[in-house]
Amino acid sequence: MSQPPSDFDIELRMLVEAVYLKYNYDFRDYTGASQKRRVLVAMREMECDTVSALQSRVLHEPNGFAQLLQYLTIPVTEMFRDPEYFLAVREQVAPFLKTYPSLKIWVAGCSTGEEVYSLAILLKEEGLLERSIIYATDINPESLEAARRGVFPLERMRLYTENYQKSGGKAAFSDYYTAAYGGALFERSLMDNVTFADHSLSTDSVFSETHFVSCRNVLIYFNRRLQDRVLGLFHDSLCHRGFLGLGSKESIDFSSYADRFESLARRERVFRKVSA
Amino acid sequence: MKPGHSVEQRLAAAKGARRIEMVVIGGSAGGVDALVSLLPALPEGYKPAVTCILHIPADRESRLAELFDPRTPLPVREARDKEPILPGTVYFAGSGYHLSVEEDRSFSLSCEAPVQFARPAIDILMESAADVYGPALAGILLTGANFDGAEGMCRIRERGGLTIVQDPEDAHVSTMPGEAIRRCAPHLVLPLAGIRAVLPLLETP
Repeated sequence: MSQPPSDFDIELRMLVEAVYLKYNYDFRDYTGASQKRRVLVAMREMECDTVSALQSRVLHEPNGFAQLLQYLTIPVTEMFRDPEYFLAVREQVAPFLKTYPSLKIWVAGCSTGEEVYSLAILLKEEGLLERSIIYATDINPESLEAARRGVFPLERMRLYTENYQKSGGKAAFSDYYTAAYGGALFERSLMDNVTFADHSLSTDSVFSETHFVSCRNVLIYFNRRLQDRVLGLFHDSLCHRGFLGLGSKESIDFSSYADRFESLARRERVFRKVSA
Repeated sequence: MKPGHSVEQRLAAAKGARRIEMVVIGGSAGGVDALVSLLPALPEGYKPAVTCILHIPADRESRLAELFDPRTPLPVREARDKEPILPGTVYFAGSGYHLSVEEDRSFSLSCEAPVQFARPAIDILMESAADVYGPALAGILLTGANFDGAEGMCRIRERGGLTIVQDPEDAHVSTMPGEAIRRCAPHLVLPLAGIRAVLPLLETP
């Protein structure tokens, strides 16, 4: 038997429900343990002694929810994170993508945009960027705003350069940015065909047919029910034999879509939709 | 009960009526060697699940499950996201992600900021497991050179679980067990040989 819910658990459930009812952001199927920790951080930072106090601020203060949202989402990302993933996309997915006259790519849960820029660079080097439309979606408006700006901390460029090289990068990474505004400003033209949009994987539906969906380290924050919903969205969005890329420790083995995708690169977590 | 009694007697006194269903073992510097001594002692047919967590560099693919599988009578594997936790199975936390236990007794991964410079962090695994298993959880903290694990052991104790810490005198690095002893007054402080002796007995009622 599991333990009875603590006061904290009860209040947490009420907070998440309140957020859903008032703001239509649905965190009800996020995994419990990590959400609990993020709410604890929010309580500390927003100086609330109880979850109920936090809930009151979120309901009654104009800026309360926008603040809480920054803690509920997890903006942990980097450019060419897990270089072997981008190498697999370059070597094993791009050759198929080249066979299409035009491409639609969905970066779901794009956070502050690092992976969108990484993918745009990769597509450019593979001669695919001009014929691609990239939809980059997230639920956090502040993250999307940062993604649109495309300015990343200069001190991270060393790591990103290393990642880029390991991912099979064909140019000098520094060609893609200029040091400006106290950060690295990425070439605007990379974003010419990118549409950043507010989209919730827990409440919104499919908006376009796509050839490739990249959704990394998002599913781990969802419980199995929500994982199934989201994999269903991807499955519906992907064209016949379309490609799906996940985070390096994510799996579809425990979802009801396990047999609807096959592994293209097992360790790198690149999948392909099986034919119906 | 104090030294003078056998470790078996001390365990029986500390354990009381608990029925242990999950054992979490955490360690850092020197932890691999400590597990080499502990895990082979798990007998076939052991009921509790055992989850091991060591600090390993994020950029290195963890080979711990592969390393220990042939040396352990129980199946050993890396814990995967959303995997239901099975009894009698040894799980290892992989590198680069925090590992938690969920209400439905499955694992989940996350990449929030490191805790005590560690990801995976022992505190995160122990705290989440304590919330789910309560008195059915045993926490074992081994050698290590930082403070990770002390907070987690305190939570296990608070939730009624059993806490066992390696004797700092006996540990490769004493910092981690020392901090846990200072912070949470564990039920048992034992040298590695003592932990090895009580580990198979945790499951008996």
